[in-house]
Amino acid sequence: MDAVGDAVARLVREERPRVLATLIRVTGGIDPAEDAVQEAAVRALETWPRDGVPDDPRAWLLVAARRRAIDVIRREARRAGKEAEAMAIRGAAPGPLPGDPPGAETVRDDMLRLVFTCCHPALSTEAQVALALRTLGGLTTAEVARGLLVPEATMAKRITRAKQKIARAGIPYRVPPAAELPGRVAGVAATLYLIFNEGYAAGGGEDLVRGALTGEAVRLARLLAGLMPDDPTVLGLLALLLLHDARRAARTDPAGCPVLLPDQDRTRWDAAQIKEGVELVGAALRRTPDRPDPYVVQAAIAACHALAPSYDATPWEAVVSWYDVLLTVRDEPVVRLNRAVAVAERDGPAAGLALVEDIGGLEGYPWWHATRAELLRRAGRPGEASAAYERALALDLSVPQAGHLRRRLADLAS
Amino acid sequence: MPTYIAFTYTADVDWTDPQYGEEMKEYAEFGEAAQAVIRGGHSLYPTATATTVRTPAGKGGDPVATDGPYAETKEALTGYYVLECADLDEAVAVAGRLPAAWNGAVEIRPVIEFA
Repeated sequence: MDAVGDAVARLVREERPRVLATLIRVTGGIDPAEDAVQEAAVRALETWPRDGVPDDPRAWLLVAARRRAIDVIRREARRAGKEAEAMAIRGAAPGPLPGDPPGAETVRDDMLRLVFTCCHPALSTEAQVALALRTLGGLTTAEVARGLLVPEATMAKRITRAKQKIARAGIPYRVPPAAELPGRVAGVAATLYLIFNEGYAAGGGEDLVRGALTGEAVRLARLLAGLMPDDPTVLGLLALLLLHDARRAARTDPAGCPVLLPDQDRTRWDAAQIKEGVELVGAALRRTPDRPDPYVVQAAIAACHALAPSYDATPWEAVVSWYDVLLTVRDEPVVRLNRAVAVAERDGPAAGLALVEDIGGLEGYPWWHATRAELLRRAGRPGEASAAYERALALDLSVPQAGHLRRRLADLAS
Repeated sequence: MPTYIAFTYTADVDWTDPQYGEEMKEYAEFGEAAQAVIRGGHSLYPTATATTVRTPAGKGGDPVATDGPYAETKEALTGYYVLECADLDEAVAVAGRLPAAWNGAVEIRPVIEFA
């Protein structure tokens, strides 16, 4: 495809989820809306490179998709329409389609409806992730399948089932009422964070397809922040993703091996992304006067690291304090482990080690053993450190991660 | 408006036993509060009264009845409500007020509307 074709394809992909969101409301179902939007997208890809991009591409796509939807609805109406009824989405209003393209406000509301429907708690986490990438992110089923390491046929089935549950169980197409909003926003944030971590865990190197999920998650978090610019959870999530993602270039060496935080070349961190992330942390903190939000606090911790000129210059006192705050809203073993690492940096390995060994329930988590190993090494107990590295290596690790731990183990022996 | 069945899964109790009077009162209160959406329902005798029927010889074969419920589980199906709600969110909100929600679990299933 030439440059113009590429630009058009990008534009269509960008606008597609918004157009889809509105079409779902007016057609009353995800499937008819997807058909109509697909048809409109194909026509755009054919005509725009030739005739030029219209002044308002979104309105153009909406009009084209709506026209197609009207055709289909009329045809369906002539048939008994039994199946169509069974597949209708609750809260959407099938029927006469509005004449004028919807205003910005309506597009925003439609997009939010789609966000909350795709991330509804009555859907499995797997289904939420798949639907978010497919309908909100506009990825193809094949792309979603590749990103999540699932065969395409399995992914197609998963997405179909999820859409069927939405229609049959009557998951509504609407923004939750204010009283339910915080809990539901937390659910959406959890799904996007999961998508980010899928890509983040894959790292760079060979696993580029999965790595692209981090960019996708940032894009979705940005979209969400545009829709809910005053929600602390949403701002905290975007900040957290930006600050983690800012380290991407420094996280792997040229051979694709992971480089841990202390050894990363901080000049390779994305300064613009860090600046944006840190500003968002501030904005989010100003909006959480009562109860700390776990995403905002995690973003604040990430900001401490991002702003430190070197690992040794990390403000460990502040990091430990933020972990104390995080524990008040999310008392989980992994949070305790991360806090113990910060305490070790502040007070020395013995203090950190005592905390690590106090945490129960992480025997199956390789990084608990690896952290113990590192602190034992620093405390001058190489024999126990070796044993702990062996325990970590016996657990489930990616190839580069295992390689990293094996090198630490070898260093210990020499 | 879609119709849902809310199945209550709780300890396998005998609702006619006076010791469950207090709990039955809670169900009655629920019935009162949710009467706008309740279209029917029943309490069931315990699984000790259940009979499971199969025709091992296939279609048209003699039914063979065995004592007991279809599946032995820690919590048993002890009743159901037919609910007519605007959507799943409303059905979940209603089910959350059933005593079974804190004494066990409630399963909500949408009903197929054959035209």
